[in-house]
This record gives sequence, structure tokens and C-alpha cells, in this order.
Amino acid sequence: MSKKKYGALKTFFIVLMLIFMYAPIIVLIFYSFNESRTMANWGGFSLKWYAALLKDRDIMEALKVTLSVAVLSSLAATVLGTTAAIGINSMKKRSRSLIMSATNLPVINPDLVTGVSLMFMFSLLAVPQGYTRLLLAHITFNIPYVILSVLPKLRQTSDLYYEAALDLGATPSYALRKVILPQIMPGILSGAILAFTLSLDDFVVSFFAQQGAQNLSIYIYALARRGINPKINALSAILFVVVLTLLLTVNLMGGRDSEEYKQARRLKAERKAQKRARKAR
Amino acid sequence: MKRKYYAIPYTVWMLVLIVAPMLLILYYAFTGQADGVFTLENIRAALDPLYLKVLGRSVWLALIATVICFALGYPIAYILSRMSGRKAAILSMLFIVPMWMNFLLRTYAWMTLLDTNGLINQLVTSLGMKRLQLMNTQGAVVVGMVYNYLPFMILPIYNILQKMPRSNIEAAQDLGANGFQVFTRVVFPLSLPGVISGITMVFVPTITTFAISRLLGGSQFMLYGDLIETQFISIGQANGGWNVGAALSCIMMVLVLLCMAVTNRFDKGGEGGTLL
Amino acid sequence: MNRKIALLMAVVMLCALFVGCSAGEEQTGEKMSLYVLNWGDYIDEEMLDAFREEYPNIDLHYDTMTSNEEMVIRLQSPDCIYDLCFPSDYTITKLINQDLLQKIDMSKLSNYGNIDPRFLSLEFDPSNEYSIPYHWGTVGILYNTTMIQEPVDSWSILWDEKYSKQIYMYDSVRDSMMVALMKLGYSMNTMDPAEIAAAEAELTAQKPLVLAYGTDDLRDRMVSESGAMAVVYSGDAIAAIDENPNLDYAVPMEGSNIWFDNIVVPKNSKNTEAAYLFMDYLLRADVAAANTTYIGYSTPNKAAMDLVDPEMLENQIWNPDQETIDRCTTFHDLGEAEKLYHEAWTRLKAQ
Repeated sequence: MSKKKYGALKTFFIVLMLIFMYAPIIVLIFYSFNESRTMANWGGFSLKWYAALLKDRDIMEALKVTLSVAVLSSLAATVLGTTAAIGINSMKKRSRSLIMSATNLPVINPDLVTGVSLMFMFSLLAVPQGYTRLLLAHITFNIPYVILSVLPKLRQTSDLYYEAALDLGATPSYALRKVILPQIMPGILSGAILAFTLSLDDFVVSFFAQQGAQNLSIYIYALARRGINPKINALSAILFVVVLTLLLTVNLMGGRDSEEYKQARRLKAERKAQKRARKAR
Repeated sequence: MKRKYYAIPYTVWMLVLIVAPMLLILYYAFTGQADGVFTLENIRAALDPLYLKVLGRSVWLALIATVICFALGYPIAYILSRMSGRKAAILSMLFIVPMWMNFLLRTYAWMTLLDTNGLINQLVTSLGMKRLQLMNTQGAVVVGMVYNYLPFMILPIYNILQKMPRSNIEAAQDLGANGFQVFTRVVFPLSLPGVISGITMVFVPTITTFAISRLLGGSQFMLYGDLIETQFISIGQANGGWNVGAALSCIMMVLVLLCMAVTNRFDKGGEGGTLL
Repeated sequence: MNRKIALLMAVVMLCALFVGCSAGEEQTGEKMSLYVLNWGDYIDEEMLDAFREEYPNIDLHYDTMTSNEEMVIRLQSPDCIYDLCFPSDYTITKLINQDLLQKIDMSKLSNYGNIDPRFLSLEFDPSNEYSIPYHWGTVGILYNTTMIQEPVDSWSILWDEKYSKQIYMYDSVRDSMMVALMKLGYSMNTMDPAEIAAAEAELTAQKPLVLAYGTDDLRDRMVSESGAMAVVYSGDAIAAIDENPNLDYAVPMEGSNIWFDNIVVPKNSKNTEAAYLFMDYLLRADVAAANTTYIGYSTPNKAAMDLVDPEMLENQIWNPDQETIDRCTTFHDLGEAEKLYHEAWTRLKAQ
């Protein structure tokens, strides 16, 4: 195939895939402005579903639950996970692999199994229903991801700096805070972000581990079970705009400092220098 | 304080809320509902031919979805990885954005498209053809699965392809390999850890999903996740639902572990290429 | 990288602030909580809002579910949080037998007199101590008159191959088994394993013709003409016909199910005072009238009957004649035999 045709095919494919990914969402958003309730007919432009959405107490409640659980559980998971990683890194091989096997369980296991197992345990321990169970469940499945984010960074950092700090008179905890923590901070942060994301989107574990507290996913599931409802469309539109904005800003802001940009600039500078050198000859 | 003691709070948490619950599943799976006596009855009930049929159906659909995700995802990842700087960053972000949308909403989006009066059928009828029955079919469930999990296939493959040193490719080209050979002999094998990661991240969730089949399949046919959900939500503890449900969960865990073992064989380097 | 961190920290702080503020909101004033578990789409939402305005110190949590079985399971759990539930007749019998309900002190309900005595002391709550009537109705076939030219008066039309993939069945074990049992001429409360098996066989034979098993979504699907017929509750039928006049409803000749949904108070209810206030609120003539008008289900509240649109009184679906009512039977609690029904249903769905 000629290079041109190949290039065109590639572009066509990517465009097709992008359409596949975004068409459903665009349709959703489009019909969120529909005056009539069914998609069978377009009743005219209307914001009434957005109004209904904002008036809906249950959605606001579900949003609150989702956000608060995400923030609290990722914070707790980060603290517990980071301290755990620090501890695990200093363990002997045997105890370390034992703990890591258990840590990997929530990661490998299907959500369903994790949710069911927690349901059994919460019932046995008579943990208060609803929000408490929800929060505990989210912390539980978040911690392993934090550990898996921090541990590699810990392995990368050399103990030499820590020992040097001790030699210079620092107490172990001071050395930990000022030497080790900054070095593993990228791992801690990415772990925290991962935990936050997982918690926001969770459905299955939240569904099984407790009854009564509705997060956004559970709410949408209950509503969607009853059929198509333009309120959900409105919710999708809002969420999509929020997500897109967030990701765009993070990417564009980080753009200036990104690796690729630096590399590109370096290459450009090199080429310019080479050109100049060539001209000078 | 010795550094290893830092892990104590987590170890306690882990034992109580990760390890013990797993043991509870085993407990419920192997004991009778009424008396708590050891029994294999639940496992026997869970291995009922009808339930195995459901398992087969779930595995089959998951396989189809995974294969489609791979067939679509690898080319996307490959093309993206060959792009330069800005373009690649924006496009890869565009493919990732849907992943950040709520999972249920992504499934619901297809409900609106596939419904009897949804967009696709509206197009079809406006062209004068008869309405298609798209919802409540196995096809609808597969489409839902592919749509939800495609980004999870693209991401690890993209990551690994992007990090691949150009020198390997250039070396192969210097040695006289054409484009096709470069791909099959160099690029693809080196990208395998990412592929394995992608397959795992698609296959396991799709076997165990129940929301997708409920919403897009119309409760018409059960998948394994539905089966387990019914035991807990509709049948209940008093009727033995916890016991049979636990047994079914055990079978599901065995299946997943088998998959892990198989994929580990291909990933001897232990690189994983995971999302982290 | 630093910028990214800063941005994300900002987002997190914002969320935490949001959460903090709303948490603070809840501390002001002496708040009572109230947890209600009801069927989906079974109340006029405006009535909920009006209740919240009238009683601002009651924090009303309103959850929904789609089946009696689900309700029972939630009530059986020792940490059930609900103060009010709305089970159907046979489920109430079961709950009373399992000692999961507390007695209701009728004297505390000022609007109790609004209830039509016809609906008190029914067989599932003979002493009339455990439940307050909420809505009632029948089960029948909702069908599209433009798609079906023949008269609809028998359950067997749901097995007619002519309408393959245009048939909706109800996604509930008792209701769908009832349809099959009625078609075969058996009792809907049979405990005979042979009859149950026969019903299961009927449903299994029907499955290829069924477009979907649904619950609340069937109403919208019929309105948008996705199918030709559906097994629905009378109230859904009324709401559907209201939106699409092509539809009609019939209670088949073989007989059908007449059901009563009542309000009960679970034994573990912690907020009984708030529960009584809500029950009394629902018994108010204007609230009951609004509810019945909005959701379309028949009301046992005679004071409300005086307030509704006179057209409704003439609606055969909302206000069926005695002959139709006589054709119908209520569900009974099946006790041990229930397991057989569940197994049959699971097997059917797993096909």
C-alpha cells in the first residue's frame, strides 16, 4: 500500500474510533435538551431536565455521598498505604511476599467477589449500615493501589540518603519526613489520585457491601433500571463537561513542563545549532 | 521505631477486611444454611448444568468482547504511539476521557442509542427499513462491554509502545527487515506485556459484570454476575442465597485465578505493564 | 509537575470544602431522620417536597426497590435502617409471621378515618394492627390497539407466536408465575410441585417470544410502542394510556391478581415519631388524591376519592367494577413452597 493511502487509512480508522467513543455521549447530551421525554420525537429545545436535576434531592444526596467518600477514603488510604509501603519495604522477603499476596487480592479479584466478601464481614461484625460500611469498603479497596504506587518508588530511592541524614544527627522520623517522603512523593500522589478515581466510579463494591447509602453509580443504576430518563442525560452532560475541562486543564497546564515538550525543544535547539555550524563552514 | 513496624496498622486492616472476608466466602460456600455444618451441597448446586451454561455464556461473551477490544485497541495504540508530541498527547487524552465518565452512564448511553426508538432505529426507519431489535440482545451486551473497556485495552499497550526505544526498530531495519517483519518480529513481541495487561483488564471485569447485562440485555438472559446478584438480592440469606452465592463466587475466583496463571506464563519477565 | 499537583490539590480542597459545608448544614437544628423504602415511581415527588417543606426538621431519605422479595431481604437484615416500607399483601403476612414488624398505634394517626373500611382487616392483616392501606390495583395486559386487532381477553395471547418479540413480561417471580398458572387454570397460590413445574414449562416455552422482562420501564416502553403487549399493574396502565391513547388494558377472563400495597413499620425502626408523621401525611385527603392522580394507582382513601377528577371515577381500570374484582385473587404467603417458585424462576432466567 502506498504511503499516502496508508496514511489516509490510519486517519480514517482513528476518526471512526473517535466517533464510536463519542457518538453515544454526544447523543446523550443532545437529548438532554429535548422538551419531550422520549427520544422518539424532538419536542423542542428545553432546559427543563436540568432544572429537574438540580431540584432532585436524591441526586444531590448521591453526589455528596460520592464526593465525600472519594475524598475521605483516598486520604485514609493514602496515609495507611504509604505507611504500609514504608513498612513493607523494610521487611524480609518472606513476610513481604505474604503481605503482598494479600494486598493483591482486592486488585485481582473481581469487584463482585470483593463486594460480597465485605458484605459477609460487615454483617458478622455488625458494622453500622450505610455510609460507614461504604467508607470502610472504599478505603479497603483503595489501600492496595496506593501501596502498589508507592512501593516501586521506595525501591528506587536509595537508603544512602536516609543513612546520611542519620549520620548527620537527624532522628529517624525527621529523616523519614525530610528525606524519604519527598523522594516518594510522586508515587504517593499518583496513588492518591488513583484511589480517588476508583472511588468516584465504583459501583459493584458499593452496591453489595452495604444498603442504604446511595452513591452516584447506585443512583444511576436504580434510575436506569426504570428506563430512559432525560434527567440522566442532563447529568451525563454536566459530568462530561466537568471531566473534559479537568483533563484539558491538567494536560495543557502540564504541557509546558512535560517531558516531550522539553525533548522537542532540545531537539529544536540542537538542530538550530547544527544549522548555524554548517553555515559557518 | 523499626521501620517495618510502620506496616502494622495496615496489616491489621488487611487481616480484618481483606483476608478474613475471603475466608468467610469459603465458610459460607462450604456450610449449610440452616446448621452451619460442613457440606458440599452448595458447590454441587453451583455446578448445576444450567449454571454452568450461564458461566459458559459469560465466558464466551467476555472472550468476544476482549477480542474485539484487542482488534480495535491495538491498532489505535499503535497509530497513536507513532504520532509526535502534541498530537499524540491530545488524541490519547481524547481516548481516555470516556474512561473518566461514570461507568453506568457509559452503559446508559448505549441504552439510548439501541432502544427501539433510539437514534439508530430512527435512522433506520427514516431510510425506510424495518425497525431493528438491538436492545435486549447478546450483541447489545457485547457492544456495551467493548465500549466500556476499550480504553483499558488501549492504555497499557499505548504506554508500552510509546516507551519502546526506537533503536530496536532502527536496528531491525538496518538488518534488512521490511515494515511487516519489523512489526511481527520486533514491535509486537516487545509489546506483549502491555497486551497481556490489557487483556486482563478487559476479560476479568467482563466475565463478572452484571450491570451491563441488566441494562442492555433486559434481564433476558443471565450472565454469571447476574446469577450471583440474584442469590444475594432476590433469594436472600434465609433461603440459602448466601451459601449458593458464595459457592458461585468461589467458582468465579477459581476461573479468574486460572486466567491469571495462564497470562503469567506469557509475562515471564514479570513486567506487567500495568496502569500504574 | 508542580502545576499539576497544585491544580489537583485545589480540586481536592474544593471537594472537601463542599463536603464540609454540607456536613455543617446537617448539624443545625434538631434533625430527625426518616428512612423510607418504597417501590419506584410510587409517589408524587411533589408530595415528598411538600412534606420536606412542612417538616423541615425531618431529614427524609427515600429509597426505592423493585420487588417484594428485595424488600423482605432488606428487612431481614439485622441492621435494616428503614422506618417505613410498602410491601404487598402476601409479603405482609410473611413479615408478620417472621416477627419483623411492629404494631401501629392507629390512634396516633389523625387521618385514619379517611380510609375506606372495605380495605381494612383484609386477610393478610386481619387484626388490622400492622399496616395502613396505601394503594391497590389489579394485574393485567397492557396492549397497543394499533398492533393487535383481535380482542384481548385471555392470558394465552402472551403465548401467541404472531406477536413474537413484541411481548413484555414482568420481571418478578410471583407475577409471571401467576400469569402461567392462570393460563393453565391453576391457583396462583398453588403449592403443588407438579403445577409449579407445569407453569415453569409454560414460561420456558414462552421465553423465545419475550422481548424483555421489565418492571417500571415497561410503561415507557409501551408508550414509545416498542412492543405490542405487556403484563403490568393497573396503575402503570393508566399512566401509559394517558401518554399514549393507542393503548388499552384488560384483565383476562381466566382471572388475575388483585393486590394491596400497605405501609408497615419494621421492628427495628428507630425514628418512629417521624414515621407516624409521614404516614399521617400520606393519609391526608389532598396528598392521597395527588398521589393517586399522579401515579395512576387506585386509592383506598375514601376522602381522596371525593377530591379526584370525576372522570377518574368512571375509569374502569382505576375503579374496576365488582365483576372484575370477583375474578381476581390475592397472593398468599407460600411458606416452604416459595423455594420451588424461586428455583423455577432462576432456572427460567438462566436459560
